[in-house]
Amino acid sequence: MAKMMTGYDAVAEAVKACDPDVIPAYPITPQTDIVERISEMVADGELTSEYVRVDSEFNAASTALGASAAGARTFTATCSQGLKLMSEPLFSASGMRLPLVLAIANRSLSAPLSIWGDHTDTFAERDGGMIQFYAEDVQEAMDNIAMAYRVAEDEEISLPALSCLDGFILTHVQEKVEPFSRKEIREFLPERSPVHTLDPSDPKTMGAYARPEHWTETRYEVHQAQLKAKDKIAEAVEEFANIFDREYGLGYNGLLETYRAEDADVLLVALGSVCGTMKYIVDEYRQRGEKIGIVRPRVYRPFPTEELCEVLEDAEAIAVVEKDISLGYQGGLAIDIKSALYSNGSRIPILNFIVGLAGRDVKKDNIKNIVEQTKELRGKLPEDIEFGKEERWEPLRTELLEDDKK
Amino acid sequence: MTDDPYKNLKISKGAVVKPRTSLVNKTGSWRSERPVVDHEKCVACGNCEKFCPDMAIKETEEGKFEVDLDYCKGCGICAEECPVKAIIMKEEEK
Amino acid sequence: MNKDKFKHGEELFCPGHRACPGCGAALTSKLVTEATGPKTILSMPTGCMEVTTTPYPESAWGISWIHNIFENSAAVAGGIETAYKSFSKRGKEGYMDYEDVNFVVLAGDGATFDIGIRSLSGMMERGHDVLYICYDNEAYMNTGIQRSSSTPIGAATTTSPAGKESFGENIHKKDMPSIAAAHGLRYVATASVAYPEDFKKKINKALETEGPKYIQVFAPCPRGWKHESKNTIDIARLAVETGLYPIFELEDGQLTNVRKIKDRKPVEEYLKAQGRFKHLFKKDGGGEVVENIQKIADMNAERIGIDK
Repeated sequence: MAKMMTGYDAVAEAVKACDPDVIPAYPITPQTDIVERISEMVADGELTSEYVRVDSEFNAASTALGASAAGARTFTATCSQGLKLMSEPLFSASGMRLPLVLAIANRSLSAPLSIWGDHTDTFAERDGGMIQFYAEDVQEAMDNIAMAYRVAEDEEISLPALSCLDGFILTHVQEKVEPFSRKEIREFLPERSPVHTLDPSDPKTMGAYARPEHWTETRYEVHQAQLKAKDKIAEAVEEFANIFDREYGLGYNGLLETYRAEDADVLLVALGSVCGTMKYIVDEYRQRGEKIGIVRPRVYRPFPTEELCEVLEDAEAIAVVEKDISLGYQGGLAIDIKSALYSNGSRIPILNFIVGLAGRDVKKDNIKNIVEQTKELRGKLPEDIEFGKEERWEPLRTELLEDDKK
Repeated sequence: MTDDPYKNLKISKGAVVKPRTSLVNKTGSWRSERPVVDHEKCVACGNCEKFCPDMAIKETEEGKFEVDLDYCKGCGICAEECPVKAIIMKEEEK
Repeated sequence: MNKDKFKHGEELFCPGHRACPGCGAALTSKLVTEATGPKTILSMPTGCMEVTTTPYPESAWGISWIHNIFENSAAVAGGIETAYKSFSKRGKEGYMDYEDVNFVVLAGDGATFDIGIRSLSGMMERGHDVLYICYDNEAYMNTGIQRSSSTPIGAATTTSPAGKESFGENIHKKDMPSIAAAHGLRYVATASVAYPEDFKKKINKALETEGPKYIQVFAPCPRGWKHESKNTIDIARLAVETGLYPIFELEDGQLTNVRKIKDRKPVEEYLKAQGRFKHLFKKDGGGEVVENIQKIADMNAERIGIDK
């Protein structure tokens, strides 16, 4: 039955349904409410997981990793600086093929310090072998937890997974959601069946070091598991739809969703909650007969290359709108999309808009500006965009900049 | 005795390793001196076995302390710790 | 060669590992497995014993063993212990009972005193049923003998070399057993590879104690300390006999079972046996440092009561 829930409540409910064995927890804004809610569930006996109040995110990830190696299902949550602190154990968890599920309440990275949201934290972890899901709304943030477990713990995959939801914008907003119970989720998510454990009656050595003659193949297998995860996500999304009657990009293997994109000549690509605002603007344009649409990747790693190429190939101009910047170049999502499209023979001009950093509101006017600038490129080629002008900050408060930086 | 882990090697998921597979690595080749036990002098105190970092000197079923030259690195601890000087270190022939 | 003669199929720590000849840490590893037995899960950080025992696809270990990274072996062990606690509570099939498994860490001094102290402190504070054993060879040996906060005064390392203006390390060794005891641990002990029975007895005593426990074992490194490989045990013994490495237990914070020394030897005997201290006997002013080191031994004797 549908009820009003905050993002953190919904994630906590999802974790309760998935019933991990071990939950190491450490506070960080705006994730804290997730682990607080879970601690209340444990305190009230609704959840019998071992809840470990660790000393840092570093040891939250390390404790989860140890528990996972023993064979346990684990959960923890973090964001921003906390995710940075987890980075080292998470990179090694993928190499050791240990499934871990984390909720990430996306938040910017210092400096300057900011508690507000953007995607710079998870983009900085891009190359670590972790699967990355991004939710648009509270319902999806909840459902992605179950999907993350199913894919991460699949014997063929065995990787860590980050289930991302925008800090504050999704964690602290109330929306109407359909929660699922432990009983309901059992059909979708089997008990974990670990490939290897540390059972002393069948001793194994985990975490051996590899010399140059073996390392490459070990990491290649992680890469293959990432690619294989696309199939597993497709299966998970399909089965989830069958059981719960909620669909996530079924036409694109569950890896991306579209909104009025079919005949669009201008497509906006973005991750997460900002797509909600974009839909209003797209509807306005559509009412005026202008063919604007949205493509929203639900998964950033593994990267949905084929699905993106398929959905973007008929556009005349594309705007990649993202809450992340790879300082010294462009936004990470734009870099990846250009690489996918242009190596696939596409000649569509692409603009990259850096928006919503550290919680700055992305307003309707910003989206309109983005659409207007992108519309101008219809019928043009990538090289028609002046070099260095393909990446734009929307908005950039130039009045705050020293004169020579404008 | 564990099989040779390099034979038909396929990278296991997460590069997990079978136990006791180091036995394939015969560290005896590192040795420049070998311990020689004088069984007449030996009082079977077991110091040599106790202090060996390489599990390369042991009391066999015949009740004798013998050196496993496959693995002995020739560190000389056994000779040094023998209370009756029943072990001498002898230079390996080159 | 008939392998069965040497029972290599039964060992929990096997030959073929690549530790240097005379390695005190390798001897420690053997003694640890002999004491814990097979129902043990050992967590080990990056370091000498990790790289010398597990070059893929080889492993010297006959027990369940895990390495993750340099600074988190205490948290990894805590995670494993918590998982077993959960399995037993939930009646999960296919796992040994929580009460039957020994959860143990074996880590070097760099991973313990320095980079892993957050993990260790957290594990101890939370009361995980984990035995943390530190093999103390007083420097970062795996990276080539750099000083750690366990390196003693006067020791030359590659980052605390002796020189015109230097007598080697000039900062006191961190007092880790006291730090462990300050966490309220019921059992803390020091030991030495020179006294294997004592060390193994302490491991068993620790494993019988519920909650976190800490043992620090003195484990000479011939390469790093610049002594002959055959002298590993001699030097370990001298460290105790001079009063520089006191052997004791701290039970519920109370000092117990101090290894008493009759006629403590002068520290020169210990220092002269190792190349890492040789500058103290060659350089003007070295005598003063030796005197200071003697004072450390005297202070240990007074504080811990090691004189017979």
